[in-house]
Amino acid sequence: MAEAIRELIGEAALEPGKVKLELPPIVENGNTVPLTVSVESPMTQADHVESIHIFNQKNPQPYVAAFYLGPRAGKAYIATRIRLADSQRLVAIARLSDGSFCSDSADVIVTLAACTEQ
Amino acid sequence: MARVLINFPQRAKRGDIIEVKTLIQHPMETGYRLDNKGAAIPRDIINRFTCTYNGDEVFRGELHPAISANPFIAFSTVVTETGELVFSWTDDRGQIQTETRQINVE
Amino acid sequence: MKGLLKPLLGLAAATTLAAAPDERRSGYDFAGGEIRAMQDDDTANPGSLWVLQGEALWSKPVGADGRACADCHGDARVSMRGVAARYPAYDAALARPVDLEQRINQCRTEHQRAEPLAWESDDLLALTAFVARQSRGVPVAVSTKPELHPFGALGRELFRQRQGQLNLSCRQCHEDNWGKRLAGSVIPQAHPTGYPVYRLEWQTLGSLQRRLRSCMIGVRAEPFDYGAPQAVALELYLMERARGMLMDPPAVRP
Repeated sequence: MAEAIRELIGEAALEPGKVKLELPPIVENGNTVPLTVSVESPMTQADHVESIHIFNQKNPQPYVAAFYLGPRAGKAYIATRIRLADSQRLVAIARLSDGSFCSDSADVIVTLAACTEQ
Repeated sequence: MARVLINFPQRAKRGDIIEVKTLIQHPMETGYRLDNKGAAIPRDIINRFTCTYNGDEVFRGELHPAISANPFIAFSTVVTETGELVFSWTDDRGQIQTETRQINVE
Repeated sequence: MKGLLKPLLGLAAATTLAAAPDERRSGYDFAGGEIRAMQDDDTANPGSLWVLQGEALWSKPVGADGRACADCHGDARVSMRGVAARYPAYDAALARPVDLEQRINQCRTEHQRAEPLAWESDDLLALTAFVARQSRGVPVAVSTKPELHPFGALGRELFRQRQGQLNLSCRQCHEDNWGKRLAGSVIPQAHPTGYPVYRLEWQTLGSLQRRLRSCMIGVRAEPFDYGAPQAVALELYLMERARGMLMDPPAVRP
């Protein structure tokens, strides 16, 4: 995950604050985990969120998704549902129009189903 | 054509920020699952989602196998003028499914 | 109090309640907050995709005569209201109960002269989901007619008998241990008020028969074939046990 994040941000620093990554702390099934990311931003032409990138720690790939917003979004907000292979940390990074990056992280405990068909 | 569910207020005022909710029927096969003979089931996911508003792209998502089956994506957009919101989902084979919805602006 | 069966002596209906009526809780109550939120929002419930598909199929002409469900049944919102709540229902010609999926296929073969839809096929799930959706909020109301008693009794026996390598009965989990955890999930009471369900484990919609097969595989028993008389008898018993509880299809479950 660290490498994938470095690919995105290069040498830049990750500013804390502004980004809020929300996930349930514990889930009954890792197949469909609701996730939302919101970023405090006026979303004007001069000052907005360009994109939100989501990374995970323990799935086979570190990438989850990248969402591209811009001033037409009005609000820097996305919601989706993701798959988590195991209990792990998620990181959301927002790229702002001034080139800086902010982030937030969340830890999720994934419990396993009992009676499966396999 | 996969089933799609798109939801946003059909009527809105100029300047409102509306939430758009989308859901599409798709297995999002990760490529990591094994069939009962032990062979990997090939990856087949929707890797890209876009929304244009009267031709201008207002939202785009690049998706990886970590996005759940029957992908749900919600985002917001500023209401500008009456017209069309066009949603496109592209899969790994390059096939694109497009849905168009009207928006009426007061 | 949990787990005590209360046989209702002197009543013609051969049903026993798993718990006192006010102790019965839907699978919805045992699911976590996120799952309930997913179910409650029709614009975000994955099951809605199948309901939409079912709505389209309802009006689609099929079969030798090019007939659609709508040609006989009109507006499903009216004609199908409460129907799913009454299934499995007794079929006089077959002299046995049939479940909703079987009834839909009967209509297809006998009245539309079309091929029956395969179990767990998208189209059959879609039609079942669409019909079941018209019973949302309706109390389960399977018939008490005497013809159904032997089948309900068989269902009850199947519910109670130990099976599989793990030698467990449905009752041991769903009556003696509901509310406790099995792996990461809370054990529900097994009231099928929400079928067909979007089960997160399947990442798709599925029927009650699929769920019963999953449980049987879970205890390492040979699962019933789809459509087997025992499967329908067990479905009937489960619905009798849930009589009066409100339907909530298409439900989302872990």
